[in-house]
Amino acid sequence: MDYFLLSIVTFIPAISALILLVVARGNDAAAALVAKRFALFATGVTFFVSLFIIAQFEPENTGFQMVEEAEWIMGLKYKLGIDGISVLFVILTTFMMPIVIWASWGIEVRVKEYMIAFLLLETLMLGVFMALDLVLFYLFFEAGLIPMFLIIGIWGGANRVYASFKFFLYTLLGSVLMLIAMVVMYAEAGTTDIESLMLHQFAFDDFNLFGFQILGGMQTLLFLAFFASFAVKMPMWPVHTWLPDAHVQAPTAGSVVLAAILLKMGGYGFLRFSLPMFPVGSYIMTDFILWLSVIAIVYTSLVALVQSDMKKLIAYSSVAHMGYVTIGIFAANQQGIDGAIFQMLSHGFISGALFLCVGVIYDRMHTREIEAYGGLVNRMPAYALIFMFFTMANVGLPGTSGFVGEFLTLVGIFKVNTWIALLATSGVVLSAAYALWLYRRVMMGDLIKEALRTIQDMSLRERAVFAPLVFMTLLLGIYPVLALDLISPSVQSLIDNYNSALSIAGIDGNTMIASH
Amino acid sequence: MIQNDLNLILPEILLSIFAMLALIFGVYRGQDKKTATLTLATAGLMLIVGMWMIFGGSSSEAAFNNMFISDAFSRYAKALILLSSAAVLIMSLGYMLRHDLGRFEYPILIIFSVVGMMFMVSANDLMVLYLGLELQSLALYVVASIRRESLKSTEAGMKYFVLGALSSGLLLYGASLIYGYSGSTNFQSIIISLDSGSVSLGLMFGMILLVAGLAFKISAVPFHMWTPDVYEGSPTPVTAFLSTAPKIAAMALFARVVYDAFYVLISDWQQVVALMSVLSMFVGAIAAIGQTNIKRLMAYSSIAHMGYAMIGLASGTLLGLQAMLVYMAIYLAMNIGTFAFIMSMERDGQPVTDIGSLSQLGVKQPGRALAMLVLLFSLAGVPPLVGFFGKLYVLRAAYDAGLIWLAVMGVLASVIGAYYYLRLVYLMYFGEKQDLSLDIVKSPILSGFAATAAVVMVLGIINLFGIEAAASLAASSLIN
Repeated sequence: MDYFLLSIVTFIPAISALILLVVARGNDAAAALVAKRFALFATGVTFFVSLFIIAQFEPENTGFQMVEEAEWIMGLKYKLGIDGISVLFVILTTFMMPIVIWASWGIEVRVKEYMIAFLLLETLMLGVFMALDLVLFYLFFEAGLIPMFLIIGIWGGANRVYASFKFFLYTLLGSVLMLIAMVVMYAEAGTTDIESLMLHQFAFDDFNLFGFQILGGMQTLLFLAFFASFAVKMPMWPVHTWLPDAHVQAPTAGSVVLAAILLKMGGYGFLRFSLPMFPVGSYIMTDFILWLSVIAIVYTSLVALVQSDMKKLIAYSSVAHMGYVTIGIFAANQQGIDGAIFQMLSHGFISGALFLCVGVIYDRMHTREIEAYGGLVNRMPAYALIFMFFTMANVGLPGTSGFVGEFLTLVGIFKVNTWIALLATSGVVLSAAYALWLYRRVMMGDLIKEALRTIQDMSLRERAVFAPLVFMTLLLGIYPVLALDLISPSVQSLIDNYNSALSIAGIDGNTMIASH
Repeated sequence: MIQNDLNLILPEILLSIFAMLALIFGVYRGQDKKTATLTLATAGLMLIVGMWMIFGGSSSEAAFNNMFISDAFSRYAKALILLSSAAVLIMSLGYMLRHDLGRFEYPILIIFSVVGMMFMVSANDLMVLYLGLELQSLALYVVASIRRESLKSTEAGMKYFVLGALSSGLLLYGASLIYGYSGSTNFQSIIISLDSGSVSLGLMFGMILLVAGLAFKISAVPFHMWTPDVYEGSPTPVTAFLSTAPKIAAMALFARVVYDAFYVLISDWQQVVALMSVLSMFVGAIAAIGQTNIKRLMAYSSIAHMGYAMIGLASGTLLGLQAMLVYMAIYLAMNIGTFAFIMSMERDGQPVTDIGSLSQLGVKQPGRALAMLVLLFSLAGVPPLVGFFGKLYVLRAAYDAGLIWLAVMGVLASVIGAYYYLRLVYLMYFGEKQDLSLDIVKSPILSGFAATAAVVMVLGIINLFGIEAAASLAASSLIN
């Protein structure tokens, strides 16, 4: 390690935010434009520099790479590093941010603060995916709440106060239990270093707590504490209710970041902490989580079907798609976890793009009600094409990245539990139903609404914003190996460790019925 | 012999002599016209003595027949007391002069109170403990009612006095019981008598009364009733002072009593302290939700913070003590910054304390609002700000001491508590528009303090400015 590539990538946005805070002056349109350009430039540079990470990344090396380490207070460490599981999330983040900034060109109030909030958020999100110290992870994980709270609160819709408080308190409540679990882990293992913690075996002897027999003992409790946080973040049914509110009230860019990146932190957390550190706990809770996920897929798809607000519909569809992710992760086999990571990436592009699509017409008509639209294809052919493309990707049409993720997770779970696989597959049909129905109501038919007669098609900037997303969705759909090659070796070693930990604990990883 | 004893209390002597000279100077020379000079001189002296505490040696010595002790622990507490008092004096000067409160007695009373606190944290004997406590309190009763013409300020002073006297009575009764059952007022002798055999019920009773008296001073629930009223009624600079230095002194004294004199009885006081800690955290968090006066809100906030600091105390371990010391230092920094902000809340030249007046401050005065935003999130304990590390420290201490239920209670209370801090952020950044807005107070000192505190909250995460090492030294000097 000769230079601090990961730290550089992480802190470019924060430093840019600081520059913007200190240097930029004035509130007029010219100052706003400077702030926008500067933020776009900063996120662009971050993306460019992050390409060096992928260039230097060695896929065959299953350990952590480009590790940076320094002593910190309280015996903690400042430690960053990436492996096959995290590297693509880092790239996803740096890739999405310039798009998000460019898509926010229409923001007019308090532009400087807006850009500062997004730049800070980028640093915090990158930190989450790179942190190799428990407390450092928690720091980045939680700190992201502050800018997001402000983004929803200041630039959000009519009911933003309720949504922002709900978002903040809901996720905070989930995370403080994780904090307790981290304190416990620190005390038990004597370190907060994630690499060492993965090798540490936490106690899994059953014990009694208030008269309840806790299978898997401490591991199960720790698992549940982490689960509380990640499940809220994912979000999993039934703790998903903050998401539709937050999405609906957030500005377009806020929704994109939320859907494309913030939701992935939960899935990433399961892969980084739950499976490797608490294998027995994970194993015991597998059935529970699989059923929650299936309920999420079927239930939220049905809920999405009856939404009248476009953003809400896509938000519920996000919850359903995240269900595939948890199914894949807890199938705990190569296809399942590969698929889960792939699904998270692809959902990042697709749901991000769908929220941008809603943003395009929202900017014009200032309503997200499906009722208010109809027959847009007549006036906006380019928009209709793009919306069609991402609708299909959301449904999981072969050739788009959505298909690969869903297919792999379903293959993974089929090997483990056929019933779950059967029910989860029904979600594919349901997603086609709500997505296509949405498309028909908004796009098809005659243009009869008076207000829509003068609506303009997408501008050049708007088209350009979508171009990289279309490209990535197609690229990963047609040639998924590109991503899977990076992911697979690390996933392979994760699964090996998981299975060997289980066999040490006397559990046969191939049967799903717990031996207890 | 006496030479050594006097050397050891030289800082206290210096401050006392200065206070008396200042009094004579004030009375014969110009009275209130000299307030500014006196205040600055006082703050300067406190800074110097504070620096002396930080850099002046590392010995652990006792004086006056073991009644007074000077060790790393007392020096740590004294440094915090002196520096925070100096900071509060400097930042309140402008406010006092602007609002017709520029009495020359104010800095003098503050010095006396500070001297009392310094005796408190160095007390190694129940008599010194009581003397220090009373010197501190009597000065504060007067300061609380310094705005003589205001009904609320007088009421605050009166209330503080009556309830304070009650708690002193409790404490004194406890001390007399302890003396009666152990045969001595000296902590070392008490330890010997506790070690030697069975603990009598009377001694236990005495200890509990002593703890109750101290809990009043740190405003732990259920002895917190006076706090909101006194905080609200006193002039803001006084509130700022009440919420900082005396809290440190009382907390340090509390620690010395339970960790030193009564450590043997840990299983008895631990439950009491843990219970008060949980109650303080929850009452502080829940009662603050409905407050509309920012000073009352800060009163509940400080009650909750004392609850967290008491988690460290309740652990009864070295780590716990260290956690408490770190927590108090962080708490000080946050409160000084926040009160610097509150002192600059004015409308048409008059101080306002209604939180509604913060509405849209983020648009009108972005710099001030940003500093306050950082401080509020730090008070709420949201990472990555320093306030979070204080909480992390005490949580870890609690788990190490086997009090995991206390840690769980702590984090649950912190989620509830986050709500009212968020509400202030909400008002500043996306509250309803209103016509009345705060004046732009041109006070570089107040803005400087608030901004510095905010920067400290962010940069502190790099190494906590070395507080950790000092706290660890202080803690280990108390627990041998």
